[in-house]
Amino acid sequence: MDWLQILSNTGAAILAPTTIAYALAALGLAVHFGFAGLLNMGVAGFMALGAYGYAISILTFGLPWWAGALIGLGAAAIFALILGIPTLRLRGDYLAIVTIAAAEVLRLLFLTTTFDEVTGSADGLSGYHGSFRESNPIPDGTYGFGPWTYNENDWWVRIIGLITLAVATFFVWRIIHSPWGRVLKGIREDEDAVRALGKNVFSYKMQALVLGGVLIAAGGVVYALPSAVNPGIYVTSLTFFVWTGLLLGGAATVFGPLLGSLLYWIVFTFLGNVLPALAQSGILPITGIQAGTLRYILIGVALMLLVIFRPQGILGNKKELTFVK
Amino acid sequence: MRSPTPAIAPPRPKKAGRASVLIGAIVAAFLLALALPTAATAADGDPYRISGNVQLDGEPLEGVRLVIDGPGGEQEVETDEAGQWRVSVPEKNETYTVTLDEETLPEGIAVIDPEDDSPNEKEAEVGAGGRVTVNFFIGEGERNVTSFGAQLFQRIFQGISFGLMLGLAAVGLSLVFGTTGISNFAHGEMVTFGAVITSALVGTGATLLLPLWLAIPIAIVLSGVFGYVLDLILWRPLRKKGVGVVQLMIVSIGLSLALRYTYQFFIGGGTTQLPYATAEKFPIFGGLVSVSWIDLATIAICIIVIVAFALWLTYSRIGKATRAISDNPSLASASGIDVDHVVRIVWIVSAALAGLAGILYAYYRPGLKWDMGAQVLLLIFAAVTLGGLGTAYGALVGALIVGILVEVSSLWIPADLKYAGALVVLIVILLFRPQGILGRRERIG
Repeated sequence: MDWLQILSNTGAAILAPTTIAYALAALGLAVHFGFAGLLNMGVAGFMALGAYGYAISILTFGLPWWAGALIGLGAAAIFALILGIPTLRLRGDYLAIVTIAAAEVLRLLFLTTTFDEVTGSADGLSGYHGSFRESNPIPDGTYGFGPWTYNENDWWVRIIGLITLAVATFFVWRIIHSPWGRVLKGIREDEDAVRALGKNVFSYKMQALVLGGVLIAAGGVVYALPSAVNPGIYVTSLTFFVWTGLLLGGAATVFGPLLGSLLYWIVFTFLGNVLPALAQSGILPITGIQAGTLRYILIGVALMLLVIFRPQGILGNKKELTFVK
Repeated sequence: MRSPTPAIAPPRPKKAGRASVLIGAIVAAFLLALALPTAATAADGDPYRISGNVQLDGEPLEGVRLVIDGPGGEQEVETDEAGQWRVSVPEKNETYTVTLDEETLPEGIAVIDPEDDSPNEKEAEVGAGGRVTVNFFIGEGERNVTSFGAQLFQRIFQGISFGLMLGLAAVGLSLVFGTTGISNFAHGEMVTFGAVITSALVGTGATLLLPLWLAIPIAIVLSGVFGYVLDLILWRPLRKKGVGVVQLMIVSIGLSLALRYTYQFFIGGGTTQLPYATAEKFPIFGGLVSVSWIDLATIAICIIVIVAFALWLTYSRIGKATRAISDNPSLASASGIDVDHVVRIVWIVSAALAGLAGILYAYYRPGLKWDMGAQVLLLIFAAVTLGGLGTAYGALVGALIVGILVEVSSLWIPADLKYAGALVVLIVILLFRPQGILGRRERIG
């Protein structure tokens, strides 16, 4: 077993665009679930809108990359409005069912061969990197050290991703510690009490749904930046993985989603490297493919144990549980 | 939901550093783990793409040969099991000729287009978008002209069959929701369980090799035992601990992931057929509908089981207690009903019904797969929500509506969007009647 290679791959996960994308998505979900108490089970749909909005704007309409990114975020905001109007007045589990159904409808729309010329159906979209790479100020070459050695394009993706994440985190931190954020937490704890204070609960929830949705879509854009858009990625499992990351770090915290996503990907990459290696060297009596499946089983078990034994997550405060209902 | 049809790993960036190799590996592992069938791609390196779909009356045709000629040379491709084909081509803003080899179509079938002398040959212009779709109209001339009425009947029949099957799963989900408040996302995996166990019992490998008539009842009993065990080791302790319903819902999501990938761990990512899955079809109702005896048995079993279930729920002591708990758990408990005992029975019944639904669904699809339950989970949820959360009979009505809607809607919308149509209707109905068809206003709170 090549431990050095395993550790190096695991280390590379720390700066991977996927990790940054999960962190952004989990941050948006924290606004939804952690602070507003909204059960959004359609994370994959919001991410798909960001990614497809970005890729389609560039490929079909020939827009520059930043305009594509903005369109992706705008699409998610509109999606949030459409979902919010019928469901935010209903009980929480209705939002869960509607968002998961809507995300699945989006995935099927991106997957169908009917719109193949725009969405690329099952193959997804690729080859939209031109404009993004032209905007790269870093001279050609390879930079960095150890597991974090990347060429100029890979660094540019990471830098843009990290800047987005930093701005988003700062924004969420400020807004959660503002009067707006306190009303939002109040709605989570006791909706009727906040309504009795004369606040428009529906409007606050809607603002939270749109804001969180835009952040999740930003995660989708960052996910799409380095490689390609594929409908096979935006399945309901993706939603559940982002939830796992969020609950691991702590749903009702600003830095919890970041820490949770980072730990999630470190553990996930480590298992993805170490389990097949163990199977190959005969320590585990399973095949390589089974070793690849095993880590998904472990994620499911981890999610159950987490919610049962530490629902507030690593950074969360037991007194500020988000599972109030 | 139907799992994503063919997908290929996205091409890697040109200069692949270690990170992009890693991303490639993650994406590849993702795809491998999700067990997506790989598509028949001709030249992976080429950036642009021509693709299409070969179907006959909505059924995909596999193994049809197509020849694509144009800049970059001649390429050959065959359709996959979903009837889809695709080739990569090196140039855009160019015209390619796509020829469908009619020899590879089934007997008596041809490409038809009255306005075209050589309908099996088409020009495809790869435009600025870099991708283009080419579809052929396939059929036997006369069947297409007279078919609409017959097709409608066929679809309604299939829809009723599918709806009854969904109903078996939906009433269980609805009972569990009514008595415990759990939105059980692992219900899809309980559906898969029945099919997986049946397949293990009848055995393709070196397993028990029981005859089907014996294997199915045993599988249903084992499904019930599975529900009992889950209640014993998971749900009952959580009830005692007083865990909230949102937490329980996320626990069920974790359970769903763990179970689903456990199935994949043991049976792999492929599709397995149960015995007699390819039974011959014969016409009934004066030729309006063609069915196999498996279809008829499915409907008969569903109706018998659902009637028995309804009688049990309406007249038996436990059934009455179940409805009492759904209505008001505290009052039921105060009236001397042993809530824990009833909830345990509800889990067993719900799991057994889900297991039976799974076996029938494995025939309907056809074939069993590790994520088949997750594919219909949302339709089951749609059925329960349409009927009214927590009402068992409502779930049944909702399931029939969803089943017929899914099948009939594919007359007008593309077959790969038929599940999407049902989910859109779910969202729209929630707008106007959020309590569902048989639900009561107070439940939506």
